[in-house]
Amino acid sequence: MEVAEGIDVYSAEELDKSEGEFIESLKATSQQPIPDPDRWLQEGPSANVLIASIDAILNWSRRASLWPAICFPACCAFEFIAANASRFDLSRFGMEILRASPRQADLMITAGTLTWKMAPNVKRIYDQMPEPKWVIAMGACGISGGIFRSSYNVVPGYNLIVPVDVYVPGCPPRPEALIHGIRMLHHKISKMRNKMSIPLLEQRKSE
Amino acid sequence: MIFLSGLEVAKKIAKHIPEAIVEAENNSLVIKGETLFAVAKYLKDSPDYDFDYLNAITAVDYYDYFEVIYQLTSLKNNHALTLKTRCYGRDNPSLPSVVSLWRGADFQEREIYDLMGIRFEGHPNLKRIFLWEGFKGHPLRKDYL
Repeated sequence: MEVAEGIDVYSAEELDKSEGEFIESLKATSQQPIPDPDRWLQEGPSANVLIASIDAILNWSRRASLWPAICFPACCAFEFIAANASRFDLSRFGMEILRASPRQADLMITAGTLTWKMAPNVKRIYDQMPEPKWVIAMGACGISGGIFRSSYNVVPGYNLIVPVDVYVPGCPPRPEALIHGIRMLHHKISKMRNKMSIPLLEQRKSE
Repeated sequence: MIFLSGLEVAKKIAKHIPEAIVEAENNSLVIKGETLFAVAKYLKDSPDYDFDYLNAITAVDYYDYFEVIYQLTSLKNNHALTLKTRCYGRDNPSLPSVVSLWRGADFQEREIYDLMGIRFEGHPNLKRIFLWEGFKGHPLRKDYL
């Protein structure tokens, strides 16, 4: 076999030899199955128990995935759209999904001026939302009617129609302000007291 | 788009409906309210004008009278005309409806009835459109408070 002088070349024999040595050593150290790192999940409750009140768990799960109903009567909706899109990204709070059906929503963001002609429909949307439900009054019009307050056809504040939890001022409020309002609502939800009712238990009690 | 001179159109209308013209200017034409339907029908059906498209109807409150303005366009002849008419009295002002000529007038006449309180006689469904039944008054009138 001719080899150019001065150049160090591995022989095929050496490569084969080192490969064989590696396989032998791997075989020697691989006689026992590797334990499942997640096996603790199947063990009893002693390993990983978190004790919390039912209120804390319920409130955490509720505030971590608020689903807004699509009920945006006017222009503040665009600030909400901006807040929901990539730059401000409401999905950080688990609320990127907008529900066209109010029966699947638990948050109403009242983005915009409400006219008396529209008021019955907003009230119907609110009534259709399942409990528990919350309302954020977004913008000057949502709080008080804003610049249209003295108009013959404008509802001066959503709180005449639906109960409001958080007021976000601005005309329109920037997405940061809306996100601050949402955070305030989170704090409010985390303090909620939940009345539990387990039908079977109550039935036994009455017996 | 050619904007027809009100003066010239007035001359032609006067030949068919002599009592219609109140005044004519270069850019508009004011006709009597009672003759509105006849004039509108003439403007729509006459092959010289052929106004097949009604752009908009608007109304203005000048205290002494309401002025109702019709923007007409002929898509075939590519010309346009501003037709005005006046109706007097604040209690029950009324004008003939043009819905039977241009279906697009339907909602606009309802809007004017709703906000200005002008009745359009012959309208198939004249009721409020923005406000609700039972609302008192007509809010775009100057004396509405």
